[in-house]
Amino acid sequence: MVTIITEVSKYLMMILFACYTYECFSVLQKSSSPDRQKHILRRQQCFMFLIHLDAYLVIFAVKQELQVLAFFVVQELLIWAIQLIYRFLYKKASRLVTNNLCMLLIISFIILTRLSEEKAIRQFTFAVIGTLVMLLVPFFIRHIHFLHKLPYLYAVVGIALLVLVAVAGKTDYGAKLSFTFGSVSLQPSEFIKILFVFFVAAMFYHAIDFRQVVITTVLAAAHVLVLVISKDLGSASIFFITYLVMLYVATKNPGYLGLGAAAGSLAAVIAYKLFSHVKVRVVAWKDPLSVIDNQGYQICQSLFAIGTGGWFGLGLFGGMPDKIPVADEDFVFAAISEELGGVFAICVILVCASCYLMFLNIAMQIHNQFYKLIALGLGTVYGFQVFLTIGGVIKFIPSTGVTLPLVSYGGSSLLSTLIIFAVIQGLYIIREDEVSDEKKNNRKGSRRRKRAAADHRQENAKA
Amino acid sequence: MIAYFTYFQVARSEQFINNPYNTRLDSFAKRIIRGDIVSDDGTLLATTKTDADGNETREYPQGKKYAHVVGYAENGKAGLESSYNFQLLRSHSFILERVVNEIEGKKNQGDTLVTTLNNDLQQAAYEALGDRKGAVVVLEPNSGKILAMVSKPDFDPNTIVSNWDAILANDDQNSVLLNRASQGLYPPGSTFKLVTALEYIREHPKAYKNYSYECSGSITADNYTLHCFGNSVHGEVDLKKSMAKSCNSSFANIGLSLDLKSYLDTCEDLLFNKSLPTEFASSKSRFSLQPDAGDSAVMATAIGQGETLVSPLHMALIVSAIQNDGVLMKPYLVQRVENSDGNEVECYEPSAYGRLMTESEAKVLRGMMKAVVTEGTASALASEKYTAAGKTGSAEFGTNKGDSHAWFVGYASAKGSSPIAIAVIVEGAGSGSSVGVPIAKTVFDTYFK
Repeated sequence: MVTIITEVSKYLMMILFACYTYECFSVLQKSSSPDRQKHILRRQQCFMFLIHLDAYLVIFAVKQELQVLAFFVVQELLIWAIQLIYRFLYKKASRLVTNNLCMLLIISFIILTRLSEEKAIRQFTFAVIGTLVMLLVPFFIRHIHFLHKLPYLYAVVGIALLVLVAVAGKTDYGAKLSFTFGSVSLQPSEFIKILFVFFVAAMFYHAIDFRQVVITTVLAAAHVLVLVISKDLGSASIFFITYLVMLYVATKNPGYLGLGAAAGSLAAVIAYKLFSHVKVRVVAWKDPLSVIDNQGYQICQSLFAIGTGGWFGLGLFGGMPDKIPVADEDFVFAAISEELGGVFAICVILVCASCYLMFLNIAMQIHNQFYKLIALGLGTVYGFQVFLTIGGVIKFIPSTGVTLPLVSYGGSSLLSTLIIFAVIQGLYIIREDEVSDEKKNNRKGSRRRKRAAADHRQENAKA
Repeated sequence: MIAYFTYFQVARSEQFINNPYNTRLDSFAKRIIRGDIVSDDGTLLATTKTDADGNETREYPQGKKYAHVVGYAENGKAGLESSYNFQLLRSHSFILERVVNEIEGKKNQGDTLVTTLNNDLQQAAYEALGDRKGAVVVLEPNSGKILAMVSKPDFDPNTIVSNWDAILANDDQNSVLLNRASQGLYPPGSTFKLVTALEYIREHPKAYKNYSYECSGSITADNYTLHCFGNSVHGEVDLKKSMAKSCNSSFANIGLSLDLKSYLDTCEDLLFNKSLPTEFASSKSRFSLQPDAGDSAVMATAIGQGETLVSPLHMALIVSAIQNDGVLMKPYLVQRVENSDGNEVECYEPSAYGRLMTESEAKVLRGMMKAVVTEGTASALASEKYTAAGKTGSAEFGTNKGDSHAWFVGYASAKGSSPIAIAVIVEGAGSGSSVGVPIAKTVFDTYFK
C-alpha cells in the first residue's frame, strides 16, 4: 500500500512541479494582464502547497510518525508568514521571486526530512531566523542611503574575515571554510559574497576610470587569493566570475573581459599544476569509474543515484541517497534526482533559472547604477553558484564543492541566500519608488508646461 | 546543462547503473522477483524459484554450460547477472497486475533477458572443448551477436555459494571464475600473422602480390634463429602460401621489412592496447613492439610470439571484421528485454563499431584465409555444406620449448544462412591444426547442418 502511495505521489508531484515551473515563465509573457498574473501566481501557490502536502503524506506513510505531520504544519505556517509579510509589508516586491523562494525552501525541507529529520529541523530553525532577517533587509535597503559610500569598509571587513578563516578556520573536505561556536558553525565566505558585491558596486558607482579599476581589481584579487589559499576554490571562482561580469557591465569595455578570461584560464592551469586536490577532482571528473575506490567515489555515487532514478525517480524512500557522501549539502541535487526523478530535477534547474532571470530583470530595469550593479552582481553570484553545484553533481564540470542555494543543508548558505533574495526584493521596491517618482515628476512637469502655455496665451492676449 | 543532464540520462546512465558498486539495485530485490535469462531459442538459462515459505533460489537449468557467460548472482555477481542486474530487477508487467500485487504485498515478476546465445552452438562448443582448459567464442560478423561463449575450467552456478571456498582454494592455477573467452590473455601465435600480413599489404598495396621468399626451414638475424613449425622447409613461397603453410621464416622476414611505427598503428586500428567495445567485462589486448625494437623481438612479434597478448574474443572480432568487409559490428549478448508476458520492453539493435580495414584489404585477407583451408594447415575444414576460412596457431608459452596453446580463428559461410566467425583456444594442447581445427569443425557442422 505504501508503495502505491509513493508511486502515485511521485508522478503527481512531478506533474504539479512541472506546472509550477511552466507558470514561472508564462507569467513573464508581455501580453499577460496584471489580473492574469495575479491569478497565475495564486495558482503557483496552490501547486506549491499540494506538492508540499503530498510529499509529507508520503513521508508520513513511510515513517508513521505523527510528528512528521506536525513538522509539515509548522513549515506551512512559515511559508505563509513569508508570503504574508511580502504581501502586506512589501507590496511592491516581486511575487514570483517570493514564490520561487518558498518553492525551493519546500523542496529543501522535503529532501532533508527524507535524508535526516534532525538536519531538516535545524534547517527549519535557520529558515525562521532568515525570515526575520528578510523582514528587515528590504526596509534597510530602501531607507539607508549611504550604502554606496562605504566601499573600503566592505573590502576591509571582507578580506579580514577571509584571512581569519584562512588562519584559524576549521578544515572540511580539504578546504578551510568555517568557524565553530559550540554547535553552530559559521561559513563567513557565504556572507562575504554579499559584501563583495556591495564593495564592487560602490567602487564602480563612484568612478570607472582606469585608476579606480586598478584599485578595485587589486582588492578583488586579494579576496580571491585568500580564498585560494584556504583552498576554497568554489567560492574563489564565484568571486572571480562575479567581479569579471560586474567590471564588464560597469565599464562596457570588452578588453577587460578578454583580459580577465585569459587571467582566469591561466590561474586554472596553475591551480591544476600546483594543488593536488584540484588534480584529484579533474581526474575524478574525466573518468570517475576508474578511480571509484577513492577520488571518484562521490561523483560515481551521485551518477549511480541520478542514473538509477531515471526520468521518474524511485519515489521518496525508494532510493539510497544516503550512499552519496554529503547528499544533504553539495550533492543534494543528486538525491532529488534519484528519488523525485529527472523531470523534477530539470524543473529545479528551471526554477533556479527563473530566479536568475528575475535578478537580471531588476538589474535591467532599475536606473540607479549602484543598485543596478548590486542586482547584477548578486544575480551572477546566484546563477554561477547554481551552475557550479549542479554541473559538478552531474559530471558536466569538475565538482567544486559549493551548495545549491536555498536547497542544500547549511545555515550560512541558507541565511546568506535569504539575504540575497531580500536585497533583490528591496531593489524591486526601490524600482517601484523610481517609477512613482518619475510619474510624479512627469505630472509636475506637464502641469508646469500647461501653466507656461496658459501664461503665454495670456501674454499674447494682453498684447 | 539541461542538455547534458538529458544526454546523461539517455546515453550514459546504463554504464553507471549496472556498475557493481551501485548497491541501490539490491534494494529493488525486496519488491521484484529477479527476472529470467533465456537463450535465443527460448531455452531457460537462469530463473528464480520461490518456495511455499517465500524463500527464493536462483536456479540455472543448464548447469555449468553457461557458467561464465550468464554468471551468478550470489557472492557478488558476474556475467549477464551482473551487467544486466538493473534490467533483471525491473518489472514491466501489466500495470493492474502490479498494483494488485502491491496491495496483496506480493512481489512482481522482473523482466526477462533474451540473449543472442544459441543453445545448440553453446552445447556443441562446450562438449567439443571437453575437459581441457580453454575458450570458444562464436559470433555473427554482420550483426555482432554472440552465439556461443564457453570458458573452461568451469563451475556450477547452482552451487556457487556452497562451493565458493573450494573454488577459490586452488584458483591460483585454474582461475575457474575467469571468463577466458573475453578476459583471458594469450600469446596469439600464428593467428597474429593475419595482422602482420595486413600491415605488409598496407605498406605495399600493389607489390604485395610479387612477394617471394625462399624458405629453408629457419631464418637468422642479429644472432637469433627462428625455425618453422616442426622444422618444415617450405621452399619458395609468396604471401598467400606463407599464410597457408604458416611459414614462420617468411613472416619473420616480412616483419624485418616493416615500418614499426606503422605496424603499431595498424595494431591499434585493430583495437590492440584499447578497450573492446563490449558491455561485459573484457580485457585489453597488448601489443608493445616499439619502433626502436631489435631484430629478434621484431621477428618473434611478427609470428605472434614476443610480448603480444590477445583475448579469444578479440581474435574473433578481428576475423569477423575481415569477413564483414572490414567493418566491425559491436559484439552483444542481449537482443531484447521482455516483460513477464513476453511483450518487448527494450530492444538492442546491431550497431557498427567502425571500420578496422578497407574493403579491399579485407578481401585480400579472406583470400589468404581460404587458402589455409584449401591448401594449408586447416584442410580438415573443407566441407560441401559451407565454405570455411581461417588461421591456425600454436602459441608457445612458458620456458619449455614445445609447450603450446592451440588456436584456431576463422569463419564459415553458406548460402541461405548468415556467416559465423569463431575463435578457439585450448591451453597447452599442442598444435592448432590438430586440436583447434576439430573444435571449429564441430561448431560449423552444428550450425550449417
